[in-house]
Amino acid sequence: MYDITGYHEAHSLADVFAVIRTDPHARIVAGGTDVLVKNRAEAATYAEVALIGIREIPELQGIRLEVDGTISIGALCSFDEIEHDPIIRQHMGLLAQAVSLVGGPQTRHMGTIGGNICNAGPGADSSPSLLAYNAVLEIQSPTGTRHLPIRDLFTGPSQTVLKPGDVVVRINVAQADYQGYVGYYTKFARRNALDIANQSCAALIKVNDQQEIQDLRIAFGASAPTPVRAPHAEAYAQGKTISADVLKAIGTACLKDTKTHSGRNSKAFRDHLVTVLPGRNIMTALKGDE
Amino acid sequence: MKQTIAFTLNGEAVSCDVDVRQSLIEVLRDEFEMTGVKEGCSVGECGACTVIIDGQTMESCLYMAVWANGKNITTIEGVAAEDGHLDNVQQAFVDAGAVQCGYCTPGMVLSSEQLLADNPNPTRDEIRRGLSGNMCRCTGYQKIVDAVELAAKNGGVKTDNRNKIPFHVAN
Repeated sequence: MYDITGYHEAHSLADVFAVIRTDPHARIVAGGTDVLVKNRAEAATYAEVALIGIREIPELQGIRLEVDGTISIGALCSFDEIEHDPIIRQHMGLLAQAVSLVGGPQTRHMGTIGGNICNAGPGADSSPSLLAYNAVLEIQSPTGTRHLPIRDLFTGPSQTVLKPGDVVVRINVAQADYQGYVGYYTKFARRNALDIANQSCAALIKVNDQQEIQDLRIAFGASAPTPVRAPHAEAYAQGKTISADVLKAIGTACLKDTKTHSGRNSKAFRDHLVTVLPGRNIMTALKGDE
Repeated sequence: MKQTIAFTLNGEAVSCDVDVRQSLIEVLRDEFEMTGVKEGCSVGECGACTVIIDGQTMESCLYMAVWANGKNITTIEGVAAEDGHLDNVQQAFVDAGAVQCGYCTPGMVLSSEQLLADNPNPTRDEIRRGLSGNMCRCTGYQKIVDAVELAAKNGGVKTDNRNKIPFHVAN
């Protein structure tokens, strides 16, 4: 049995807010692949609490292409649903590729993208790509709706700015943030499946016909306490023509924004990955192998 | 903290009272005696507890029993014919020598069933990816991949020798 004090099935956001009002410690559960694991581990604030199921709430479902070109992903979309969605495959190949590398098939059927970012694991597979796409979260709470850029979400390992009663409803990406870009994601882990990234890197790039970089976004997982972008490297890359030297300089500049430390891998090894993965991802993305 | 749930289990409409703290695997094993569903790691890493829910493989250890309400669930017990004849995938596991200790086998077979329902002619790489959520502690992976290839060659997922089994092709 899970160590919970009760379960509320919310059929609307109003249901969620009603439970939170009477029990601020109640925890939202979506796919269960993080919350129920942490419950089994008796992690603080995950055990001996009531759970609020949100799987039936309509606002959190489905993937849409809005009239202004914004792609809107429901927070409850599973990794599998996102990987195979035609809109995502056509316009956000980097995200489709990243979520295809989560866990195994069962985890991809159960786990949700909203849960992946709210759980705020430093190595969460969807986070670097969503950072690169400048994703904006639509958050509803008892006091109303607000929009939060994902770069402002994470505050530390498993820590976010979200408060009890905040529900990430949708993840939105504007047309200008995906159109004309190609990308590639590398998950660096001990085995290909059923593993959490030791380190990861997403690159999203737009070049002109002369191979000049018009825009570059690089984001890392498990290379700092939170998923991070690499603004120094991105600024350096602006207008440069791609060459081996430029890619090397981009990689080196990434070290200004990552914050690695020795743990399962040494700092030297981690920093080496920080410097080489962006260039590899850029070249793979431009070859169209994504 | 009881709640009544109703769902379809191996083609049959069932209902029961569950404690909201229960996982699906606890209900399947303890209430319905579906002991082919194995508990390995209890945290969604090994795939031994795999069941098929509405056409998708899921881990019943990380699935709250209350979520089963209204769902269509297949366990290994629903795969063979009512008279005990093995289905095509099960027979291929036997013929290819893909069973060692047997603990992962129910989950492996169900992942294979759903893989072949979605993709009747998978490559070896696609089989490996399709089964990548199931661990074999005996490490008999080659024979397991051989078995899925053999099952595909022998006609994949056949529905004729199965008792109303709800294998859905995922949308």
